[in-house]
Amino acid sequence: MAEVEESSKPMFAGLSDISISEDILVEGDISVPVGSHNADNDFSTLDEPVKDTILRDLRAVGQKFVHVMYPKKSSALLRDWDLWGPLILCVTLALMLQGGSVDSEEEGRPQFAEVFVIIWFGSVIITLNSKLLGGTISFFQSLCVLGYCILPLTVAMIVCRIVLVGGSGLVSFVVRLIVVTASFSWSTFASTAFLADSQPPNRKALVVYPVFLFYFVIGWMILTFSPSQ
Amino acid sequence: YSSGTNTNTEPWGSFDDNIIQGSGSAVIDMENMDDTSGSSFEDMGEMHQRMKEEEEVTAEAAATEEDNGEYGEFLGMKGLKGQLGRQVADEVWQAGKRQASKAFNLYANIDILRPYFDVEPNQVRNRLVESLIPVRMINFPQKVAGELYGPMMLVFTMVAILLHGMKTSGTVIREGTLMGTAIGTCFGYWLGVSSFIYFLAYLCNAQITMLQMLSLLGYGLFGHCMVLFITYNVHFHSLFYILWLVIGGLSTLRMVAVLISRTVGQTPRLILCGTLAALHMLFLLYLHFAYHKMVEGILDTLEGPNIPPIQRVARDVPVVANAVVNATIKSIAAVVQSQ
Repeated sequence: MAEVEESSKPMFAGLSDISISEDILVEGDISVPVGSHNADNDFSTLDEPVKDTILRDLRAVGQKFVHVMYPKKSSALLRDWDLWGPLILCVTLALMLQGGSVDSEEEGRPQFAEVFVIIWFGSVIITLNSKLLGGTISFFQSLCVLGYCILPLTVAMIVCRIVLVGGSGLVSFVVRLIVVTASFSWSTFASTAFLADSQPPNRKALVVYPVFLFYFVIGWMILTFSPSQ
Repeated sequence: YSSGTNTNTEPWGSFDDNIIQGSGSAVIDMENMDDTSGSSFEDMGEMHQRMKEEEEVTAEAAATEEDNGEYGEFLGMKGLKGQLGRQVADEVWQAGKRQASKAFNLYANIDILRPYFDVEPNQVRNRLVESLIPVRMINFPQKVAGELYGPMMLVFTMVAILLHGMKTSGTVIREGTLMGTAIGTCFGYWLGVSSFIYFLAYLCNAQITMLQMLSLLGYGLFGHCMVLFITYNVHFHSLFYILWLVIGGLSTLRMVAVLISRTVGQTPRLILCGTLAALHMLFLLYLHFAYHKMVEGILDTLEGPNIPPIQRVARDVPVVANAVVNATIKSIAAVVQSQ
């Protein structure tokens, strides 16, 4: 046996480096850890009271609201994205913008579904656009950022509603115009601070323009909102 | 249960050998079938697949070994079925997930569109300006950029401008929504007319691709956007007509020149360019008059009970007809007052 090995050594000399020699026992446990750890984790948050879950999610949403109002370079919005905040904001805005029935005398105001669809499809299109332009941000992260940055516009909507209670003359229009313009630029600036970082530097303008258009349309809907008589 | 061939004791080998086995238990047959049917299991990493199945089969074999002693017992049978069912379900879920992700990566891959969005801001700006400058040289084919970013942004801008126009003109959409109408009009024009002109170009042997046509028509909407933006805010009919001719005409001339440079023969050129020019100019006319702010007051009294149940209440009337209506109302009012 040794002679055979010696004669074959030059031919298979390279192989002997990679083959396992016979005196080392190869044994082990090929087992893929399937689900046991996951099951434990699931049970740990599944058993907690509902109040804890809701409070935890609300706290996360509130923290992101704070990040939007003071847009610094933090990655909290991006890292743990969630779509609760955008949903709350979108529903609030759509409810407040909702018009009366179509058969009423005055001009048609946006219906709930219209606002909803505008916001979500607009966000999807902007996300696709920024991904196509070579962005590094993921789909849901971008949706999260765009949805959260509607917060200033929702605040502006509430302010406009309050101002409209006082009257709908020229003064109130000017006030509303200023408020909506300020909040729309705030929204655009806040979302650009998060989105534009993920783009190559010379293409930021290409990504900012659709965002600008999106918030402009929402701001215009808020500005032209007139309450029912 | 018939699949009880305990594979560990088979003389011809066990699952320790990573080779395709011959006949055996039902589980082995399944493995064979999967491997030779050319399904996606091959692509997704054969070794991983084999290891997983190996583990499952050994787990199942262990389960069958455990239950050997409790063969007839109710609990034992249920326990085995639960174990087996769970693992089969898990395997089916994994397979389904793999197939779905493979299909998703194949069809919903946005990387297909990625090359068409590869532009720089100054390129977009240049193309916007060039869309209003007709080319002079029509003897050799003009270069048409095939990108989709500029056209899409222009279509969305036009949607926004249309919304503004509809809102300030008090257009009432009875069976639909403002937004839906605006989006439908703009995208319908861009995609529909592009396809139609591409079809005509195919008939007339013009050398232009669908992407180039989409891009050309999309940039041609830049002139429309400008005209609409100005005239929805400044309401002079004469201004609109001048802008319609000048800016609309320039952008039409540019598109027409590009198409002429890519077509041979007088008749095909005439058909193609005539159609495009007509559609483009008429679209601007339609957008202006269908959504234009009406002249206040007079028509309100006329329109009250006479609104036909159509989708849109277009409320503009050319200046001449307006003057006639004015005069008629005054005379009727004078008659009524005198009685």
